[in-house]
Amino acid sequence: MTEPRMEPAKHPLNRPLRFWLITLLVFAVLGAAIFAPILGKRMKRAARLQQQSEEQARRELTQPIPVNPSDPRVKAKLFWLSDADNSVLAPVVVELPLSNDPVLRSKQVLNTLLAGPVDAELRTLPPDAVLLAFYLLPDGTGVADFSAALATSIPSGIASEQLAVDSMARTLEANVPQVKRLKILIHGQEVETLAGHVDLTGTFVVNADTGQTPANSAAAGAASKTSAFIAPPSPLTPDHRVVKLAQR
Amino acid sequence: MLLPVGNLSSLRLPFISGIASLFLTGAVTALALKSPSQTQQPAVASRAPFASSIPVGQGGTSVTLGSPPAAEAAQGGVNMVVLDPAHGGTDLGARGTGGIQESEITMEFAAEVRRALEQQGFQVVLTRQGNDNPSFDDRSAIANAQRGAVFITLHIASTGLPGTVRVYVNSDLPPVTSPNGFIPWDRAQAPYLGLSRKLGDLVQGMLMQRFKGSPDTAQTGTIRQLRTTAAPAIAVEVSSVVVNDRSDLDHMAPGVADAIARGVVAFKPFYVIPGTGGASP
Repeated sequence: MTEPRMEPAKHPLNRPLRFWLITLLVFAVLGAAIFAPILGKRMKRAARLQQQSEEQARRELTQPIPVNPSDPRVKAKLFWLSDADNSVLAPVVVELPLSNDPVLRSKQVLNTLLAGPVDAELRTLPPDAVLLAFYLLPDGTGVADFSAALATSIPSGIASEQLAVDSMARTLEANVPQVKRLKILIHGQEVETLAGHVDLTGTFVVNADTGQTPANSAAAGAASKTSAFIAPPSPLTPDHRVVKLAQR
Repeated sequence: MLLPVGNLSSLRLPFISGIASLFLTGAVTALALKSPSQTQQPAVASRAPFASSIPVGQGGTSVTLGSPPAAEAAQGGVNMVVLDPAHGGTDLGARGTGGIQESEITMEFAAEVRRALEQQGFQVVLTRQGNDNPSFDDRSAIANAQRGAVFITLHIASTGLPGTVRVYVNSDLPPVTSPNGFIPWDRAQAPYLGLSRKLGDLVQGMLMQRFKGSPDTAQTGTIRQLRTTAAPAIAVEVSSVVVNDRSDLDHMAPGVADAIARGVVAFKPFYVIPGTGGASP
């Protein structure tokens, strides 16, 4: 018994339809070839924007250094590292338009300090740190509020932290005489140390000659290298703490 | 056989002489059996039993005391050295690219420094025994509870020229006025700044001789740990955790330890404890 022979099915599409389909397919492939790289770039950009931290987003909002074109251009003195061994600070003169308002002026010089020198190895502050706010109290205390990156991104150590604080204090001293002392906050909060070493609970003397620090002669010498420190006012040692009698 | 009663009085003198000579012989034997360091021990005695734990500080921190001090240490004002291996616990401190952690290295350095100081006859106390992280105040409290102590906190930097060591003393603090005889806790270092500077310069001088490129005098810094310490206090920071090979740091430990011990020995004559006839700091 022979099976009935199957006739090969005729293609359901007629010739003109097939032609248009193939043409469409070719155009689609060409279009994909052209737009795929562009689409890829756009996706990467979107992903990068998504990855931006809250810190970076805030930086975008606050970063513009308040520059008024009408501000007089003056030679500002900024303190960065003198060499890559991170040993001492050295002044660098930069011509900047600086406001006469002490708060604006402080923001301008501190933001320039944060932006860093040409040689990135000589910077004293982490590149992703942001000055969130600056206030000047009537007694001459400047309060600088930095983003958390100042504490988290700075290289941990006595030397690096001290240089960071000194660079700020000495830059303010050189450019904003109205600031007598500097108080550093991190994200609006007082913290015990910058990154585990340098004390941030008090204020740093900026302009020692007019500051209220009762500096003795030895301290005056030290202040030229390291910013003198005013510890927070405190009561006498509480009973629960171990104390020593004052040495008289 | 009975002795005549009349002879008893004649026996009294030899009897007393015999007892006296027995006593003297015993005393001489006891002295001879003592170690040389014990025989030279002066009147200044240690204030706590050796190798025992005592609770100090507001947190009840336990410390283990070291070996007995030798004569030369006890003669000066410095009875004890409080060594502080910085960081610990969750606070790792500076971290290098090769997995080097400051909190680990400071413990190893502390062990080396302790050995060197004990060889010089000092009693040594560590602020932490293992991988814990006492607060700044708890660490200070250990030194503040002692009389005649010096405080040395050990750090490893994440910057600086590798192979160098820097000594820091606290920068200026407002003078302490203490009408009732107490030092404010938050400025406990203030009366000791001069002594700390002396100790710092001496130790830095020793370190400079061993580690070229190190400064010749101590630097000043606003160091939280030192501010609440009521004793001559310094911070020693070794550069750095960014060395390629950890053994570079390990090789520095004996030199650092020896320099610190020599510095403390040199400092001893300058630290006369008030109340024992000396001058105040």
